[in-house]
Amino acid sequence: MKLGGIGPLTGGAAIYGNAHNNGSQIAVDEINALGGAITIEYKFEDDEHDAEKSVNAYNAQKDWGMQVLIGPTTTTPAKAVGPETNADRVFMLTPSASSVEVIDGLDNVYQLCFTDPNQGTASAQYISEQGLGTKVAIIYNNADAYSTGIYNTFADEAENVGLEIVSVTTFTDDSANDFSVQLNDAKNAEADLIFLPIYYGPASLILTQANEMGYAPTFFGVDGMDGILTVEGFDTALAEGVILLTPFNADAEDARTQAFVEAYQAAYGELPNQFAADGYDCVWAIYEALQEIGYTSDMTTDEVCEALIALFNGGFTYDGITGEGMTWDASGAVSKAPKGMIIENGAYVGLD
Amino acid sequence: MSFLTNLINGVSLGSVYAIIALGYTMVYGIAKMLNFAHGDVIMVGAYMCFCAMNYWGMSPLPGILVAVVVCTALGIIIEKLAYKPLRGATSLAVLITAIGVSYFLQNAALLIFTANQKSFTSVVNLPSLTLFGGQLTIRAIAIVTVIVSAVIMVALTLFVNRTKVGKAMRAVSEDKEAAQLMGINVNATISVTFAIGSGLAAIAGVLYLSAYPNLVPTTGSMPGIKAFTAAVFGGIGSIPGAMLGGILLGVIEILGKAYISTEMADAIVFAVLIIILLIKPTGLLGRAVREKV
Repeated sequence: MKLGGIGPLTGGAAIYGNAHNNGSQIAVDEINALGGAITIEYKFEDDEHDAEKSVNAYNAQKDWGMQVLIGPTTTTPAKAVGPETNADRVFMLTPSASSVEVIDGLDNVYQLCFTDPNQGTASAQYISEQGLGTKVAIIYNNADAYSTGIYNTFADEAENVGLEIVSVTTFTDDSANDFSVQLNDAKNAEADLIFLPIYYGPASLILTQANEMGYAPTFFGVDGMDGILTVEGFDTALAEGVILLTPFNADAEDARTQAFVEAYQAAYGELPNQFAADGYDCVWAIYEALQEIGYTSDMTTDEVCEALIALFNGGFTYDGITGEGMTWDASGAVSKAPKGMIIENGAYVGLD
Repeated sequence: MSFLTNLINGVSLGSVYAIIALGYTMVYGIAKMLNFAHGDVIMVGAYMCFCAMNYWGMSPLPGILVAVVVCTALGIIIEKLAYKPLRGATSLAVLITAIGVSYFLQNAALLIFTANQKSFTSVVNLPSLTLFGGQLTIRAIAIVTVIVSAVIMVALTLFVNRTKVGKAMRAVSEDKEAAQLMGINVNATISVTFAIGSGLAAIAGVLYLSAYPNLVPTTGSMPGIKAFTAAVFGGIGSIPGAMLGGILLGVIEILGKAYISTEMADAIVFAVLIIILLIKPTGLLGRAVREKV
């Protein structure tokens, strides 16, 4: 069985693609070591977080004979590759491309992560339930589908749960250097919590600059914040007290997570982040699904695709390290519970 | 009070643009070429300082020195290998070569340092300055940046106007052939220009990254473009012009962000540039040179 992965191994989002690839590789090794009826041949292609290159990577994988795609890792490439897989009838499960547009209207595309609206809604509910803040400022990247997607649903839900949004400011990839204006706006509006639906790169700049200004609200991030502790040279003391919603906790006590964390550290010398766990879960979910549809090596890619679609829509349940009892609906969105984490002493600690 | 904060941030950002713009403007003034690899020299300087401080255990000042030495050497090597053989070629060929060098530097950095973001350790470890009972906070790096760029500006002006090498630079920029006839070593003068420009780029890189510590192989491209704009804005070829253009650009960018729109800031910067060029095609302090026929 030929399983293909696509994601950024180089470029600005490389940390996600590498984590995804490494996590998937561990799952593939585990499965092949089982020696069951299905063995997996695994290959990963780089897309540099670029839509056009991702489609090229997809074509390279198809030439290789890929039967199921796990990827692309990030939203923009996934939006470009999704329609291609749909036309070719290749089953696609993305570990972490979280925009609704990725799965919209494509019956063969599924997500292992929450969709962006779910993240925005869940964040607003979480902040209000836990009483983390009342006056909320938001800084988001309005050139990025992921960031704007979360912002929009967060803003809607904040109104429902009675959070007061006092400042909304934006930046783009080209202007992601100076955040003094955005932070001053939040400070002058007396915000006690800043919601950051952005990736960890600009987030690390925001934390540094807020610290220099002497401004210390609660910072609340989403899954893109994951990775901030592994940035080389970053003073993790700046991230102290940052809260983020993520489905995976490397400190979890269960045997499976611990075995995964141990294998990952032994192989790659660092703690796995959520994207590694997503990549790991993708491979196992596909493997368990293939067992349920009774996969044999003479099935065509089309047949595998149709059988998997029927299975995922028909109440397939998967227990993984990023959530127990995951189920999917016909749109391709997953249903599982997020976990709140706080950064303490340079490590994630579960909030509840 | 928030206006004052924004103004100070703008001047500080603009000062970095100004130092980078000096490199563009000097090279253009003397070699009549746009060195688009200049932005990537900033990135190399920042990586060198990062390595010196984080891997080789140096303190900030020797770290900066390492960056300046490496970049100065890099500037001379680039000029010797890539631009000197094209001295008689069309300006378009030189421009394309410069773009090629820029890509080469970016991808070499990608190979050596990987795409994973590094967080630059600020070379200025002073507390922020708090005035008016906490209403106005000025980052220490902002003050240092403004002072350093002012010193560089004065030193460079003195160098160009008072020294023999500076005189040679002015002569080459005026008329290359005539300067050569008068016994000035044009190639050596151009090399010196590249060396100074690249050394300044290293300092600019360290200051820029200390303020905005997001170090990746493409770090230099955006400040490079902004600084080029600043050089054109102030009148390319003019040293005070680069300084003025850089600071104005930084102030317009930050004030535009603060009072008009955070997303339109860059558009406003370039709109102002277009208006200035329509009114004064040579830039603010540029001299109109009549083409000799």
